[in-house]
Amino acid sequence: MSITVYTENWEGKFRKSTFEAVCYAKKIADISNKEVKAISIGEIDENELKKLSNFGANTIVSYPKIKKNNEKGVATIIKNESENSNLIIFSNTFNAKSIAPRVSVKLNAGLITNVISEINDLENISVKRQSFSSKAIESIRLKSNCGVITISPNAFNVTENVVSFNIEVKANELDSNISITGKDVNKGKISLSEAEVVVSAGRGLKGPENWNMIEELADCLGAATACSKPVSDIGWRPHSEHVGQTGKAIAPNLYIAIGISGAIQHLAGVNSSKIMVAINTDPEAPFFKAADYGIVGDAFNVVPKLIDELKKINNN
Amino acid sequence: MNILVCISSVPDTTSKINFTENNTKFDKNGIQFVINPYDEFGLTKAIMLKEKLQANVSVITVGDASVEPVMRKALAIGADKAVRINMQPMDSFSTANEIASYVKQNKYDIIIAGKESSDYNSGAVPGIISEILDIPFVNACNGLNIEGEEINLSREIDGGIEKIQTKIPLIIGGQKGLVEESELKIPNMRGIMTARTKPLEVIEATTTNHLTESIEFEKPSVKGECKMIDENNISELVNELQNVTKVI
Ligand SMILES: Cc1cc2nc3c(=O)[nH]c(=O)nc-3n(C[C@H](O)[C@H](O)[C@H](O)COP(=O)(O)OP(=O)(O)OC[C@H]3O[C@@H](n4cnc5c(N)ncnc54)[C@H](O)[C@@H]3O)c2cc1C
Repeated sequence: MSITVYTENWEGKFRKSTFEAVCYAKKIADISNKEVKAISIGEIDENELKKLSNFGANTIVSYPKIKKNNEKGVATIIKNESENSNLIIFSNTFNAKSIAPRVSVKLNAGLITNVISEINDLENISVKRQSFSSKAIESIRLKSNCGVITISPNAFNVTENVVSFNIEVKANELDSNISITGKDVNKGKISLSEAEVVVSAGRGLKGPENWNMIEELADCLGAATACSKPVSDIGWRPHSEHVGQTGKAIAPNLYIAIGISGAIQHLAGVNSSKIMVAINTDPEAPFFKAADYGIVGDAFNVVPKLIDELKKINNN
Repeated sequence: MNILVCISSVPDTTSKINFTENNTKFDKNGIQFVINPYDEFGLTKAIMLKEKLQANVSVITVGDASVEPVMRKALAIGADKAVRINMQPMDSFSTANEIASYVKQNKYDIIIAGKESSDYNSGAVPGIISEILDIPFVNACNGLNIEGEEINLSREIDGGIEKIQTKIPLIIGGQKGLVEESELKIPNMRGIMTARTKPLEVIEATTTNHLTESIEFEKPSVKGECKMIDENNISELVNELQNVTKVI
């Protein structure tokens, strides 16, 4: 018996969220005396596949000829590979969220998304998940024999756990019911959902031309950039950066909010951040009630100083 | 062309979230319910397609009678017909299963759901429907164009956008970009008046089968005091982040 984990890659490279999912599966496998079986989809080289075994994957099955955006096909593969499994783990990426519901139907398995707690008993699965846009945590129990779980990013540690492994490469091909006609990816940008540090700015920045300092600050910190809803509505920044109740929900280790008032809808999507810093001219800004650190001051004055300070330590 | 928009009735975004009955149920007391924001983008898109292609637009929800005002609002915005499946939604599977059963009996070319609901955030309903009906599914969809037989869509992927072509029937999990915020429709007086005479059909649920069960809710722990740092003492902030909370 095994725990199945979908190990997504991006142009042949795994990301932190992939390893989080493998580690999550390994923990359950250990308490229930099972193995971890990883399913990889798309072209990838063997050295990259091997990395999965550093986190506990015993069996690694690779389907290089299937594309991950053929989600219907991927779901079929995962179902077929899960004959000896009653638990399938995914991370919470866009791709995983398009596959996991399909797998749950195929296996008649309950689906639990946004999971933030570990599983302690494989016979009686109950976990905690984020709900109400991070305004609440829901405990939920699986009623079916088989379960499909997607885990929240940055909720679990990635710890090394080197195991012996074998890699099987399968040459299956499968038709897709959608065709991809184009793709536009910001190369080199840090993924907002997975970022450990996020620098975010709001309407207090006055105009899109002032984002240079925000990007520079993000560069100093190896951070992703985000923004409040009105900023993306007026087109100062792309929609993909909008965080909050109606945008992305994120949970970085550090969230720096610059010129953002801290409206309830904004906080809903960022409240799960471990540490929040607010920089705002208005000492009454609601963000100061939610933040761990606050600076009352003008962003145009504070941000350059912060960049200087960080450059000093980066240079040491 | 027949379009079905799945609507979830959710607490207004400014709502304070509380629970009752030993933290097992969401406390609806004093809560204003609205169309799930992601569904609202989809509904507006459907109304635009109705105007452009003479499409018929139905809206569907799974819920008890208390969600009807939200369905009337969808009719006032311009949907032709509303359907309510009379069941307290138990989980994504049971909700999706009911909608899929309805679609099997009533032909639809395009099913538009939101990429998730802003209350339970499962983001699973459209994906489950797609699998039950064996139709293409485009999640996090931020663009939908119909030119004759050709359906062109775009969707958000990690760090970018993907363009897609597929055929009807299909289902999308919609979001902003389908239409812009400024294009969202607010019901006018005439819309509200005609909505009263449009059909709101109530159908009994076919099953009670659900695969997960909610046990209880808790609220995230309250944060400690915010530590204020003087704007002329930025090195203190950097020191705190580096050496005290160790997040950089
Ligand atoms: C249905 C609905 C859903 C919503 N969903 C979201 C969501 O998902 N995400 C979201 O962000 N919002 C959302 N909102 C909007 C939300 O209510 C707020 O309007 C929004 O978050 C405010 O954005 P802001 O803080 O950038 O702008 P403002 O509220 O205008 O705040 C700007 C802040 O900048 C400060 N400031 C001004 N100048 C400076 C300066 N020089 N230096 C430093 N600080 C300065 C001001 O003191 C102020 O606090 C939603 C609203 C509704 C109704």
